[in-house]
Amino acid sequence: MSDIALRATTSTPEAAPRTAPVRTTGFVAWAKANLFSTWLSTAVTLALAYLVARWIIGFVDWAFVNAIWSVPSVNGQPQTQACRDIKGVGACWAVITEKHRFILFGTYPFEEHWRPALVCLLFIGLYIVSAMRRFWNRTLIPIWIVTLTAIGILMWGGVFGLSYVPQERWGGLPITLILSTFGLAFAFPLAILVALGRRSRLPAIKVLCVLYIELIRGVPLISLLFMASVMFPLFLPEGMNIDKLLRAQIAIILFAGAYLAEVVRGGLQALPKGQYEAADALGLSYWQKTGFIILPQALRLVIPPLVNTFIGFFKDTSLVLIIGIFDLLTAGKTAIVEPIWQGFGVEVYVTVGVIYLVFCFAMSKYSQGLERDLNAHRRR
Amino acid sequence: MSSTTDPRLASSGPPKRPLRLSWSDERVRGIVWQVLVVGVIGTIIWWLWQNTVHNLEVRRIATGFGFLSREAGLPIGESLIDYEPTDTYLRALTVGVLNTLKVAVIGIVLATILGTLVGIARLSNNWLLSKIAGVYVEVIRDLPLLLQLLFWYTILQGLPGPRQAINPVNGVFLSNRGMKLPWIEWTATHWWTLALVVIGAVATFFYARAMRQRQYQDGQPRKVWPAALVFMLGVPLAFWAFSGAPFTPDIPALRGFNFRGGVTVSPEYFALLIGLVTYTAGFIAEIVRAGILAVNQGQWEAAQALGLRRGDILRRIVLPQALRVIVPPMTSQYLNLTKNSSLAVAIGYQDIVSIANTTLNQTGQAIEGIAIIMLVYLTISLSISLFMNWYNNRIALVER
Repeated sequence: MSDIALRATTSTPEAAPRTAPVRTTGFVAWAKANLFSTWLSTAVTLALAYLVARWIIGFVDWAFVNAIWSVPSVNGQPQTQACRDIKGVGACWAVITEKHRFILFGTYPFEEHWRPALVCLLFIGLYIVSAMRRFWNRTLIPIWIVTLTAIGILMWGGVFGLSYVPQERWGGLPITLILSTFGLAFAFPLAILVALGRRSRLPAIKVLCVLYIELIRGVPLISLLFMASVMFPLFLPEGMNIDKLLRAQIAIILFAGAYLAEVVRGGLQALPKGQYEAADALGLSYWQKTGFIILPQALRLVIPPLVNTFIGFFKDTSLVLIIGIFDLLTAGKTAIVEPIWQGFGVEVYVTVGVIYLVFCFAMSKYSQGLERDLNAHRRR
Repeated sequence: MSSTTDPRLASSGPPKRPLRLSWSDERVRGIVWQVLVVGVIGTIIWWLWQNTVHNLEVRRIATGFGFLSREAGLPIGESLIDYEPTDTYLRALTVGVLNTLKVAVIGIVLATILGTLVGIARLSNNWLLSKIAGVYVEVIRDLPLLLQLLFWYTILQGLPGPRQAINPVNGVFLSNRGMKLPWIEWTATHWWTLALVVIGAVATFFYARAMRQRQYQDGQPRKVWPAALVFMLGVPLAFWAFSGAPFTPDIPALRGFNFRGGVTVSPEYFALLIGLVTYTAGFIAEIVRAGILAVNQGQWEAAQALGLRRGDILRRIVLPQALRVIVPPMTSQYLNLTKNSSLAVAIGYQDIVSIANTTLNQTGQAIEGIAIIMLVYLTISLSISLFMNWYNNRIALVER
């Protein structure tokens, strides 16, 4: 024992002092691993850091430091000369300050703007409630009906002492929200029916559903919107006329229906065959089987792609600009038609873009969270 | 289905029951449902058709495609084939289809390249690079394409006029009239040279295949690139040099108020292309990333254990497997890009939708105009689908 101890002590002075182990925690170690691991990585990091820093500084200069937030107005006419002088150097947010009510609510009577504002809040509240899993049951249906009725009353007015506002004067954000919400509310049941029809054993129904889906998915939304705006009046009997917004809404519903149907079909196909067979073995009728066994499971499987499709349609409602319906984007584009505000498109589009971004980003984050939760049992 | 006495065959299907006229018979219910649905939809279509015929009579609009041979009289800014406003509507619509194809084909190629790069960048070990790619994907996918197109168009319109044009490289001018690029005076020799390059590419393909076959036999890898260089570059260049090496640069220059010479990329086309490419690339990046992540981690580790470099692993091991996951969703992105090119009408690029829309406004032939638009897109969509399905079958996993 002492022998070993003796040898151990004698060998100590000969051992070279070892270097400290490489740090694996802390900022320096992290940077070394993730930013400067190889010479190529270092070069990429430095080049990107330079570009990003330059771009951020340029953007902050343009958007905040050199920006003009309001312009003086003479005889009710805003003077935009100051803005024109700094064009390209600083942003002219004065166009937003001046026009934000128009961009948000279009030509809705100015003193009644609280109504569309309230409608937007109602829509947002409706989305939040629908997103909460606590409400994923039958209570959601009356909530939707009550909210949508309230929205209709607020927009049109004519009752409860609210003045009547014809539909031609609606515009801005409420139109975007109406088109996307009503579009999805009607397209979704349609999509479920068509998806079931496509998987049906009845040949005539199957052919009809396949034709509908493939025809709609093969053509751009614009052609359907054109169809709605030019051809629809020809389809209807003389004297009967549907207004432009409703026609566009129908086109969007038909379009969304075909895409959602394919998503739903994905869920129907992903369900193990045993579920169908078990339901048949219990002697359930087709609608009992579909309603109680198949759909609840199939829809749960496809919630993340459904939300992605919703995001797509929220963005696609902006296409109504082409047939002249006054949604958020059209309002933004119209706001800069006035000669004094011409040339400030970038500021307006950035603002409108931020609004779209907020809605879509919230949905996309929600969908990611949902995907994580719903797949919790599959993760290792 | 035929009645047979062989007991082994008889057990293959359920016994055939006589059709009973009762609601409890599944087949009767099926027939009733089908007749009902087809009847309702048929009635609706018939009703709409009757209304349309009546309305057309009232408005004195003659149906049919006779208007196609009339003089169009609509000016078109850019076209791939010769076009004058005195040409027929048919020719104007053909110009539109070609313009759509021009933006769609180039857009698909560029979006694939950009999207793949961004998708790989998002998986990079470099934190900064992957974060930037992530932010790009998130932001670009959350903004409506139409908004992005209007944004790019506004920016291009905001560029200085031709006299103060931005001149980043000699011969390249960027102004509110579009982008001017130097070009050469194009002759028949150039066409032949280009054809030789294509023939060279085909030859390289077959040469590489033959070399691979040899490698399978003796295990020796063979270099393909020297032959590829000769086929695709050497032979065409030699031909070009022997035909007198025609090369007259056509460099744009400012004459008066506008440019002369060179080729022009119009601001409309440029804005549409930037918008479509950056937007679709955001989606393609996600598809590529998902595809690469779908390849089992073990494949990476096994390849590393064999001593392959990271680039080789990606190119030879991971990407071929990832392609099986990538190709089907990629097809729908290509279709989306093609369909989204119809948004050109909003910024004044004259694609098929824009020209057909002008046509139907001028002639009042609404049904025919929209039918043409739909037919063109259905044809393009089906062609892309068929090609991608063929490609997908080629790369699909062969299960034994």
